[in-house]
Amino acid sequence: MAGGVERAGGPAAELWVKCSGCATVAFRKQVERNLNVCLKCGLHFPLTVEQRLVIVADRGSWRQLDADLAGVDPLGFVDWKPYTQRLAQARAAAGRYDAVATGVCEIEHRRVAIGIMDFQFMGGSMGVVVGEKLARLFAYAGRSRLPAVIFCASGGARMQEGILSLMQMAKVVSALARYRELHLPYLSILCHPTTGGVAASFAMLGDLNLAEPGAIIGFAGRRVIQQTTPQALPADFQRAESLLAHGMVDAIVTRRKLRPALATLLALLGHCDKGRARHRPQS
Amino acid sequence: MIRRPRSGKNNADRRHADGRELTAIERVRLAREAARPQTLDYVERLIDEFFEIHGDRRFADDDAIVAGIGRFDGRPVALVGHQRGHTTAERIKRNFGRPNPEGYRKAARVYELAERFVLPLLTFIDTQGAEPGVGAEERGQAEAIARNLELMARLKTPVVACVIGEGGSGGALALSVGNVILMQENACFSVITPEGCAAILWREASPDKVAAAAQALKLSAPDLLRLGVIEEIVEEPPGGAHRDPNQAARMLGEAIGRHLRRLSRCAPQVLRRQRERKFAKIGDKFVAPVSVEKTRLLE
Ligand SMILES: [Zn+2]
Repeated sequence: MAGGVERAGGPAAELWVKCSGCATVAFRKQVERNLNVCLKCGLHFPLTVEQRLVIVADRGSWRQLDADLAGVDPLGFVDWKPYTQRLAQARAAAGRYDAVATGVCEIEHRRVAIGIMDFQFMGGSMGVVVGEKLARLFAYAGRSRLPAVIFCASGGARMQEGILSLMQMAKVVSALARYRELHLPYLSILCHPTTGGVAASFAMLGDLNLAEPGAIIGFAGRRVIQQTTPQALPADFQRAESLLAHGMVDAIVTRRKLRPALATLLALLGHCDKGRARHRPQS
Repeated sequence: MIRRPRSGKNNADRRHADGRELTAIERVRLAREAARPQTLDYVERLIDEFFEIHGDRRFADDDAIVAGIGRFDGRPVALVGHQRGHTTAERIKRNFGRPNPEGYRKAARVYELAERFVLPLLTFIDTQGAEPGVGAEERGQAEAIARNLELMARLKTPVVACVIGEGGSGGALALSVGNVILMQENACFSVITPEGCAAILWREASPDKVAAAAQALKLSAPDLLRLGVIEEIVEEPPGGAHRDPNQAARMLGEAIGRHLRRLSRCAPQVLRRQRERKFAKIGDKFVAPVSVEKTRLLE
């Protein structure tokens, strides 16, 4: 895992964290001050939605949209346990109704529409709620003439919602295609991991695609791919660094540099607001 | 604006001779039947003057995708479909219908031709999924599929998507963003294969787990019609399309022609808008705001 973090054992466990990359043990507070990046090896540990907001959004600028949108179990899906039960547990653990938070914030005084996927919520999987919220986010961004930024972190489509989850890929991309006509920038930030149906839809379609160091980004799962080849997969296979080398992302940006990088890019791409004169936002 | 299938015409809940309804896994087996007509079988029977294009102009040609232009009912159309292959040799040549990024980029060329030359687009969906290989990943499988979705969403020409076999995952969706999706009665369409689903959920792909996964995924044509994903179920000859490919092609051709004639009367912007609305609506009836009070408790 890029970004695994273990609690060091013992009674002081809450105070210390151990890096899964280099086994360095450090003060939790110190690691948190370092934006949850290992002080020794630079491994980017996973972040919650709230931690991401702290890193990129101007303090107090975040306003959530559609926070109360929730889904039901459309197929009556049962595996080890009913999907309704899985959803209830994920909601209680995450404190949100599904795997993405959408809203508006400011990044260095520039308003943006922002979506942040929550990998802790059922692997950040995209079902009907994630699809609906992201489609609404692009529509809102278009109406409000805001740039859009999405932090992707997802294993892909939510299997428990079957074909409906697959169709969310087309739904979100349709909304993005409409948004694109307004000449407003869409920046996609590929975090660990971004795979499957999320990678194969809006995640790879940013005007610019940025990636977090070490993030796994790809379509198929490593285990499935390994079955197709007798050779061992290279160590950096599907890592952000490998995608950069193969021309699939524009840059790898560390957490420390992300906020200024976003501010610079949004200023460069948003300088003339060309769409305003040529296209009216469509309601 | 979508006409629902006339009741009685589609006896899609097809039964065995003894009256038992087909199970989900039995439908999957029918959809995978080696002799089942594939894209080129329908091209041969439904398209005149077919000109197949080759290559993505970047890297290679991909035989898992057949793409070209021709005439349907006398009028020019663009066409893209998966081709799995009937014989072992053909299956290998066509990578079992699992496209690499080059296949999707070839499809993208046809989507662009359709737009530039105002050709209605027909697609035939028949793949277990995109190729999960090292090369496919390195050459941007995810990006290639994503780009297809966007291109299809933008088209201002009629798009009729037909699921003729097994529709699997994003590799199938890349050809499926139609104004209408038609589905043959024994075809299936799923986010993941029943085998893949069983392997993830139960860590084993034993026959009864695979059957259970197929059932749970709701992947049959009647399921998809109920879920509002497809517009029409197209009947097959008794026993399945492979029993009488000519008859299967006539039935599919009739449905395609009917939708094409209807869609061709729409203005370009209306076609795009209608497709956008179709996909915006999928699943939305399963999403609703909970009470504001409860949201506060969570925050
Ligand atoms: Zn470390």
